[in-house]
Amino acid sequence: MTLDLVMAGVIAFGVMMYVLLDGFDLGVGILFPLAGDEAERDRMMNSLAPIWDGNETWLVLGGAVLFGAFPKAFGMLTSAFYLPLMLMLAGLVFRGVAFEYRFKFDDPRWWNRAFFGGSLLAAACQGLVLGAYVQGVGADEQFDWLAPFPAFTAVAVVIAYALLGACWVVLKTDGPQAETMRRRGRRLLLASLACVAIVSLWTPLMSADIATRWFAWPNLAYLAPIPMATALTAWLTWRGLGRNGHDALPLAAGMGLFMLTLLGLAISLWPWIVPRSLTVFDAGAQPESQQFIAVGIALILPVILAYTAHNYWVFRGKVSADSGYH
Amino acid sequence: MEITALLLSRIQFGLTIGFHILFPTLTIGLALLLIAHEGLWLATKRAIYRESCRFWARIFAVNFGMGVVSGVVLSYEIGTNFAAFSEATGNVLGPLFSYEVLTAFFLEAGFLGIMLFGWDRVPRWLHFFSTVMVGIGTLISAFWILAANSWMHTPAGFSMQDGVFFVEDWWAIVFNPSFPYRYAHMICASLLTTAFVAAGVGAWHVLNHKQAEFGRMTLRLAVLTAALLAPLQILLGDLHGLNTLEHQPMKVAAMEGHWNTDTGVPLLLFAIPDQAAETNHFEIGIPEITSLILTHDLDGEVKGLTEVPPEDRPPVAPVFWAFRVMVGIGVLFLLLAWSGVVQLLRGRLYDGAGLNRHLLRGLILASPLGFVAVIAGWLVTEIGRQPWVVYGLMRTADSGSATVTAAEVATSLSLFSIIYSVLLVVFVFVVLRMMRTAVGTGPQPSDNTAAAQGQPA
Repeated sequence: MTLDLVMAGVIAFGVMMYVLLDGFDLGVGILFPLAGDEAERDRMMNSLAPIWDGNETWLVLGGAVLFGAFPKAFGMLTSAFYLPLMLMLAGLVFRGVAFEYRFKFDDPRWWNRAFFGGSLLAAACQGLVLGAYVQGVGADEQFDWLAPFPAFTAVAVVIAYALLGACWVVLKTDGPQAETMRRRGRRLLLASLACVAIVSLWTPLMSADIATRWFAWPNLAYLAPIPMATALTAWLTWRGLGRNGHDALPLAAGMGLFMLTLLGLAISLWPWIVPRSLTVFDAGAQPESQQFIAVGIALILPVILAYTAHNYWVFRGKVSADSGYH
Repeated sequence: MEITALLLSRIQFGLTIGFHILFPTLTIGLALLLIAHEGLWLATKRAIYRESCRFWARIFAVNFGMGVVSGVVLSYEIGTNFAAFSEATGNVLGPLFSYEVLTAFFLEAGFLGIMLFGWDRVPRWLHFFSTVMVGIGTLISAFWILAANSWMHTPAGFSMQDGVFFVEDWWAIVFNPSFPYRYAHMICASLLTTAFVAAGVGAWHVLNHKQAEFGRMTLRLAVLTAALLAPLQILLGDLHGLNTLEHQPMKVAAMEGHWNTDTGVPLLLFAIPDQAAETNHFEIGIPEITSLILTHDLDGEVKGLTEVPPEDRPPVAPVFWAFRVMVGIGVLFLLLAWSGVVQLLRGRLYDGAGLNRHLLRGLILASPLGFVAVIAGWLVTEIGRQPWVVYGLMRTADSGSATVTAAEVATSLSLFSIIYSVLLVVFVFVVLRMMRTAVGTGPQPSDNTAAAQGQPA
């Protein structure tokens, strides 16, 4: 019981880390075709070169811990989302190899396309899966991922990742490239907020449970800080993205916005691990397995966070076009 | 055979894992090569080692990237295509995979950036430390994934209720009976494959850039390494085979094309196994040698495939042939490596007029064969384990995903077939071009200059 909660917390943390880190990573890929020239694209890619692999590892951690701690949910969810997941993996393959091959060919255009297309496909498929997940599923049913709500969340995730990507580029570049990205970032922020608002209205209309969770008294009072904090982070992101705004604030505030959105989704869906079908308390592995994983997490995760932070620290600062790959 | 979602899923898994294993095989060997050369550079300050690190690190980067992207696919396929298997084995295998991510993948990812791009950003000791961490990460990764794979071959430390495996003893699960043999055999395969890749590269450079020290140094080191590892690998393979005989006798029977339990069993050099007729056609064999190898007695009794009912037998022909391919390459490697040492001792491996061009060309042609042997070896062990996915306990036929249709799997299978074919061609093209790049032996460049030019080395 307690272990189920701990494991659900670990998976939620892994998903959050993945969305925050690979979110800006994929977002940079989505913004790739909009870059002014190849030098700008070089800088965008080199800013990611030392870190993208670690960012993607959180996705593998989420999958592996789900497999170990909630095997039933892992089998049900992954097989239910078969095609979107396969397309997502294919997208991740394309964008991953683009890092290696773009600088190996005289003409980078094909690898630019692979990097953009792969990033876009992976982000859109994650959005499809998210939407279908929130909609929920009956036992032994296929998730209905070809429906209006998942289609909308696919677009929303692409826009929101692009926002994080823009904030990352603002942090890692300077001059005209950063200034252009600030303007783009503001537009993407407005679009992202519109998406959050639409999802916040759509989900309670779609599900009476979600409506009750948020709007019944006294939940309404307890949960009120979440939309308020969301508004605050949105305002900070907007300020940070302004002309002569701060370099790091947009990314920090944008990530805060993401964390609040994820928290909102978690509150809407609790205690489901397979929405409307399996709760975290019905899907757990045997306690010995969850304990074994919990020990590993407790001992190793702090070390991972430390050397991941060190890696980001080593590669801090603005990138020049000719650092990294070539 | 009916085209089912399960059949297509198995083809897809075989294709994607067969593609993936090519890259970690080289990653493990190259990581150790890089550690050795960077260590030698720090110790001797000879520019050639620094140049060698730069040369191999570029290849390592591309190879590692391919391994990462193809590996992420596999971690999800276990759920997407084999939901019943993942629900039955999650208690046991899920934690092993979790530990692989925690102890290996993050370690590799956390230090790879510094190793490839950090020459001018961190002190030398920290760079070397990062290279060592990446190398250790590759070995830890292989540890967990082979523990999980070995457990499926020789399950231990568990109990079973309603078709679900429950953990009894973690130590017994991780160090299951076939794990030490499989781990040693695979790591040695990885090093041997890399040694032959390096030998081919060295030989090419000796033939084409005669003045360059890089070719001679690479060739000498690779040939010496291979001369040690080739016999070691044959020994490890023999031990692994005896372990298999104890736990999976039908796999060994299929490897030998041996149908009926008998004494004084011959070693078949050639045969066409006939699954339906339970016999071989066109057998050519050496009398009593299989008995000698497996029982260390010319008259030893060896169990045949007919000991179990037909539905419990693995497909014989692919196992029989893949085994011969693997062993054939192993023997060829032994001959090549030792010929290389003989020529080295005679001073004719890379020097002067007596240069043995035939041997060098042979080494170049043989350089990709390690990958063929690795694939063949995996075909032997995985097809030889059929019809079981968890040996003796869970049938492959019961492992699929109930909700996934054949059409869906056909779609993803076509997609990955196309993508992987293209990527393999690109990879070979790019890596061959990098391997042909001349390595200078001019004055030692300061590492700051190298890094400022943006070289991932």
